[in-house]
Amino acid sequence: MLTTDSLRKIDREIAKYPPEQKRSAVMSALIIAQDEKGWLSTETMDEVARYLGMAPVAVYEVATFYSMYNLERLGRHKLTICTCLPCGLQGALDAADHLRAKLGIDFNQTTPDGRFTLKEGECMGACAMAPVLLVNNKKMHDFMSYEKLDRLIEELK
Amino acid sequence: MTMLDYGPDAILMAGLDGRNWRLKDYEARDGYQALKKLFSDKVSPDKIIAEVKKSALRGRGGAGFPTGLKWSFMPRQAPGPKYVVCNSDEGEPGTCKDRDLLRYNPHAVIEGMIIAGYAMGATAGYNYVHGETWELYEQFEAALAEAYAAGYLGKRILGSDFSFELFAHAGYGAYICGEETALLESLEGKKGMPRFKPPFPASYGLYGKPTTINNTETFAAVPWILHHGGEAFLALGRPNNGGTKLFSVTGHVNRPGNYEVRLGTPFAQLLEMAGGVRSGHELKAVIPGGSSMPVLPADIMMATDMDYDSIAKSGSMLGSGAVIVMDDSTCMVRALERLSYFYFEESCGQCTPCREGTGWLYRVVNRIENGAGRIEDLRLLDSVADNIAGRTICALGDAAALPVKSFIKHFRDEFVHHIEHRQCLVKGDVEPKWGRTGAGFTMRNMKEAA
Repeated sequence: MLTTDSLRKIDREIAKYPPEQKRSAVMSALIIAQDEKGWLSTETMDEVARYLGMAPVAVYEVATFYSMYNLERLGRHKLTICTCLPCGLQGALDAADHLRAKLGIDFNQTTPDGRFTLKEGECMGACAMAPVLLVNNKKMHDFMSYEKLDRLIEELK
Repeated sequence: MTMLDYGPDAILMAGLDGRNWRLKDYEARDGYQALKKLFSDKVSPDKIIAEVKKSALRGRGGAGFPTGLKWSFMPRQAPGPKYVVCNSDEGEPGTCKDRDLLRYNPHAVIEGMIIAGYAMGATAGYNYVHGETWELYEQFEAALAEAYAAGYLGKRILGSDFSFELFAHAGYGAYICGEETALLESLEGKKGMPRFKPPFPASYGLYGKPTTINNTETFAAVPWILHHGGEAFLALGRPNNGGTKLFSVTGHVNRPGNYEVRLGTPFAQLLEMAGGVRSGHELKAVIPGGSSMPVLPADIMMATDMDYDSIAKSGSMLGSGAVIVMDDSTCMVRALERLSYFYFEESCGQCTPCREGTGWLYRVVNRIENGAGRIEDLRLLDSVADNIAGRTICALGDAAALPVKSFIKHFRDEFVHHIEHRQCLVKGDVEPKWGRTGAGFTMRNMKEAA
């Protein structure tokens, strides 16, 4: 079950749309649910569906279409690094390899201690500030050097 | 506080220091003056649209469609709700200008959307913010709260009889939602799959109601146009290419970043603003308008001016204004491999040619890059690209095909060398730490910029 705090946040999202269009809040509702639970289990998605009056399958469709939803349990810190061309030209591919070597995992893997999951991201709209890294979808770190990456890994316990 | 430097001709990004994005700061920069004047002078919606037409403002998101004309398609008198939607789903590789606009000058976007709403008789608006830039979404909500509190949004704005609600909507990681009808589907709480056009959004948009979608930068330019006049905006650029434009310069330059210049500025001048090609290297190629546009070799690019019509004449498109610069250390096979992977990842899967074709393109480019290519692959790539372009509902198919065709057209030798010699034609002057082909993809670039 989602907490009343989460439900209140979802209510605030619902209020942005016409009363008969509650479904428009599904993306936000899933973000809020994911922030609370860490990932979207079928039970969580079903609860969002009930809350918004949607068919469960319509919620699964959204959750599986947009790449930032976690459909499984991940490490405490999801690190998503952009490896597109512009970022790559500015060192993002090296930054990604540095992270892989340092954490000892490949993309879509989680460190054995459960601290980090590494993801390959697509354009984050911050290309000139590459290499760019997202932590748990919400916090962007830009202009990442090897040193800054090391420090970040150190800080994220 | 040092000021952010977007160039001497900046108007949208002038007077910004990175912190003065609040309402009071915007008002101190003449913000909301245009809106106030519209109501105090009782300017008619028709006159607003005429002014925007006069300015030759063209869509800043990629298509370059004349904004005033787009606005005139809205059936203003139609009863019921109508919407304006801001497309801040900035995810075209190379593009990062809307990020700066939203974090440093969000009220310009809000004022532009209110004016647009008034001109088109809209009842509500949504700003769809790229999922990866969550902080911008929260910041935009804070800016909206300020605008509501000051009476610029809500019921009977500034004592007029115009009411307009504006909200932020967060995306969550789908490039395709930058396509306007996919964005509408997403706003409706569905998978972001593009719709067939026609009907166009102006007649059947959000919730089936008349809707106009413009890019963040397009809306941000509107207050300036109304405040200073369409003529003045036009005069900043060139005929048919009014105003200034934010260009995101990325890749092998000494100072990657956003620069706001007059449309028609020579590319060489923009390159210089970005610090020039990183030292010790020559310019090799440029993608002038975001990853979806054809790549151009250095000599063509150096003779091109940065406006919609000039770049089109040179064989590419201005697109979103993302200028991806590659120097002589760049392996063009590797570069194309990165682009092809992106479109493969981001195809929404609705149309077969794109769903199947983007994966096919990626796998073939990837095998050439990794020394397993065959000479007939070049014809195969061309043929797959031709079978995607023009055969899909939206432009993502074309966007995946155009880079492939242009890379092979202009840099065929490199592809042939990769296939025949199973290695890269470009020899880097540094040994890449992780064994990348060429040296265009090393961390070294960053160090020099820092």
